[in-house]
Amino acid sequence: MLSKTEIDFMGVRRIAAGISALLAVVSMISLLVNSLNFGLDFTSGTSVRLNYSQTVDLDQVNLTLQRNGYEDAVVVTFGSDRDIRVLLPVDSSVAEQDQAEQAAQVGEFLAAMLQQETRSQVTLLGSDYVSAKVGEELAEQGGLGMLVALGIIMVYIAVRFQFKFSVGAVVALAHDLIITLGIFSVFQMEFNLNTLAAMLAIIGYSLNDTIVVSDRIRENFRRLRKGSSVEMVNASLNQTLSRTLITSLTTLLVLFSILFIGGESTQGFAIALIIGVVIGTYSSIYIASNVIIYMNVTREDLMIPVKEGAELDDMP
Amino acid sequence: MLNRYPLWKNLLILFIVVLGLLYSAPNLYPDDEAILINNENLEISEADVAVVETALEAAQIDFFGVVSDGNSMQLRFEDVEDQFRAKAVIEQALTDDYIVALNLAPTTPGWMQAIGADKMNLGLDLQGGVHFLMEVDMEAALERRMEDNLSNVRSILREQRIRTRGINLVDKTHLEVRFSNAQERSAARSELIDNFPEIQFQNREASDLFLLDMRLTSDVILQIQRETLQANRTTLLNRVDALGVSEPTVQQQGADRIVVELPGVQDPAQAIRILQRIATLEFHLEAELGAPRTSFEAYQTPDGLLVNVDNDVILQGDRISSVRSTLDQNGLPQVQINLDAQGGNQINRVTRENVGRNMDILLIETKSRTIASLDGQGNEVEEVEFYEEKRLISHATIRTALPRTFVITGLTAREANDLSLLISSGSLAAPMTIVEQSVIGPSMGRENLEAGFRGVQIASALVVLFMLLYYRLFGLAANAALIMNILLIFSVMSLIGATLTLPGIVGIVLTVGMAVDANVLIFTRIREELANGIPPQQAIDAGYNRAFTTIFDANLTTFLVAVVLFTIGTGPVKGFAVTLMIGIVTSMFTAIVGTRAIVNLIYGGRSVKMLSIGRYAGPLPSSS
Repeated sequence: MLSKTEIDFMGVRRIAAGISALLAVVSMISLLVNSLNFGLDFTSGTSVRLNYSQTVDLDQVNLTLQRNGYEDAVVVTFGSDRDIRVLLPVDSSVAEQDQAEQAAQVGEFLAAMLQQETRSQVTLLGSDYVSAKVGEELAEQGGLGMLVALGIIMVYIAVRFQFKFSVGAVVALAHDLIITLGIFSVFQMEFNLNTLAAMLAIIGYSLNDTIVVSDRIRENFRRLRKGSSVEMVNASLNQTLSRTLITSLTTLLVLFSILFIGGESTQGFAIALIIGVVIGTYSSIYIASNVIIYMNVTREDLMIPVKEGAELDDMP
Repeated sequence: MLNRYPLWKNLLILFIVVLGLLYSAPNLYPDDEAILINNENLEISEADVAVVETALEAAQIDFFGVVSDGNSMQLRFEDVEDQFRAKAVIEQALTDDYIVALNLAPTTPGWMQAIGADKMNLGLDLQGGVHFLMEVDMEAALERRMEDNLSNVRSILREQRIRTRGINLVDKTHLEVRFSNAQERSAARSELIDNFPEIQFQNREASDLFLLDMRLTSDVILQIQRETLQANRTTLLNRVDALGVSEPTVQQQGADRIVVELPGVQDPAQAIRILQRIATLEFHLEAELGAPRTSFEAYQTPDGLLVNVDNDVILQGDRISSVRSTLDQNGLPQVQINLDAQGGNQINRVTRENVGRNMDILLIETKSRTIASLDGQGNEVEEVEFYEEKRLISHATIRTALPRTFVITGLTAREANDLSLLISSGSLAAPMTIVEQSVIGPSMGRENLEAGFRGVQIASALVVLFMLLYYRLFGLAANAALIMNILLIFSVMSLIGATLTLPGIVGIVLTVGMAVDANVLIFTRIREELANGIPPQQAIDAGYNRAFTTIFDANLTTFLVAVVLFTIGTGPVKGFAVTLMIGIVTSMFTAIVGTRAIVNLIYGGRSVKMLSIGRYAGPLPSSS
């Protein structure tokens, strides 16, 4: 596959920009209206994990819980059809410092209660108390982390490349994050700490892709003396296309094997990253370069300072 | 000659490869399930060992590798079921004073341990255990410090015979001293200012009163918070040691939180009991005869004597820097107490003024009890309640001004021992509450670990297969580098003692995907050069050289992101960032230097017509 391509990527750049803008707007509206389906990491409550020796009858479990006064309990399976997780909203009548104790007791209580209603053996795998404070702080850290990371990246690219490339990379990053979050919001997929970590990984991935393309654009501007910027960008995208696709492919191979084999705990992570990689691949081709063209990049922007060698721009 | 590495470079690579193999090898030795027994106060005797062994034999539980060094005793078991059953049996055979903890014992050969090659620490999510997030009550710490200051101010002013119209605590950082005239106030101010360098003084007038405000500056507040957190962390570490957990984590998180992770511990209730046990000392003077009823409280001495203890604390337990139980020259047990500098000054001043009076030491223990009560539906519910127990442990006459180091006598050997243990492991600078708790069962941990590793294996296998098919011989070099990369990540993590968590595994998997990227960049570049009609040897060189800038820029920016995540993040975010950082560094080495060495060995220094790098378009007619 992919030896020499000559696809006119930038010929459809206005259409691509339109699609991306539309997706980003829809994402933001959904984030405002639907918000995210925050997992227990970000809401206070108790999570009880139980293992059944036989397949769980979820309706039966729900019924038992409701009969015993746990109307707000949410029951989900995880890992296999014999493991369930019961999520209980926080009991506000219990003081903050006793919540942890309470969680352990609730876990044992639920296990005993459900045991009575079924012939299969119910084992308590664990019960957690999660305070929203902690999750909120982590989200804050994550948000702050992204901003700081974005700032550092902008400075680095401005120094190593040129300011216009900084803008391109950051717009592409923001594009990837907003749309990935938007997809989580539209489909109300659970957003937990693992997905938060995935968002941070998407920054790294999207950046990697954008830098590779930018690097080639810079090189071509310096090497080839003629041609419009659109032609330069198109040539660069075609030259890196094979690498872009192969890397995305290998990364996706890895992510899909995590998704199907890695167990329940990493699924959210894998899904978030798969979405991020797909969008990141698209944005490194259509968004970052698009912005660079919109900002009217010229050959003069990228001329090498005189003292460096003319032909190669390798690092020492 | 083109594409040859000098000997030293090849040797260096070989050296790193061998180190990588050596230091990742311990991870091949699975731990034995074990039980660790120790006693809070006593040593583990031969008799204890015999009791445990007999009990296990009676219950027909197989065990091996019994080690007892006086402080603790360890037994190994074949599997988790035996380990669990044994714990119950041992707990029944021994009294409540013994702590019986589930634990894992390493099986790595001695020589590996000798060169520092250890297993990677596994996080709770992979091993099972309990996780607590504890919040330190900083308000209480500040208030305690200010109360301390209050009694100091009182005694200094009394000593200087400066009369006040009262001293009181306005809030936890603000003390107010009232005077009837300005002269007394300025005399007091000049006296106090030397004694309290950490406090801001301010004069204020209100109706007919002359007030002196004493406030903690924000710098000092920060410093107190830092010290308090540090002190609490140290105390927690001591207590966790008593639990006999193999790789405990006691980490500061943010300004007022401490994370405690106890791998292998399966009983959170027991852990909470031990972690939250609070013991501290307070030094008081005995109330003078005729003191107002509200200024003292009555306590009973160990001999049954009733003593009125003044409410003012002359010294708080957090001023104690160390405690030791020793014997005096007559062979009688005593407890030697060392104070820090400020505590020393404080006790010296107070005792100098009060020679002949009695000094009382109160031991304050915060304990928990379970109370059963009936809830709304008439069900019996159990609740855990914390309460303070104050006990008068020493009532003695002050014979002389006490120095920084002094002794408490008149105790039995057991009391002296208990007291020193309780104080040294027991004094928390400020109370703590548990804000987050989770228990991960051992089976859950194992499932996560197995699923995670299966994920890594299959992902690696797929990538290896793809690279081999797509890049042939060069793919083989990339694959060797990839496997080396994973080994290097493992050995670096083992060496620096990083903890492998589930997000960490995901980080490794991601670097597997991205490490390949560097090679893809290099190889597509070589193909491009070949397609442009460059001869093979030059194409290899140009491919590596030209791709380097790109790889460097891309990896450096991702590394910067990982650093930011590491600095700002906690928990899963941090675990991910650690492996990502290590992975980026090792993958740069293996993907660039490693593959180049292999490629050089294959093609270097001879004439080559074709490269086995998969299909590439032949030289184009010179159109551009």
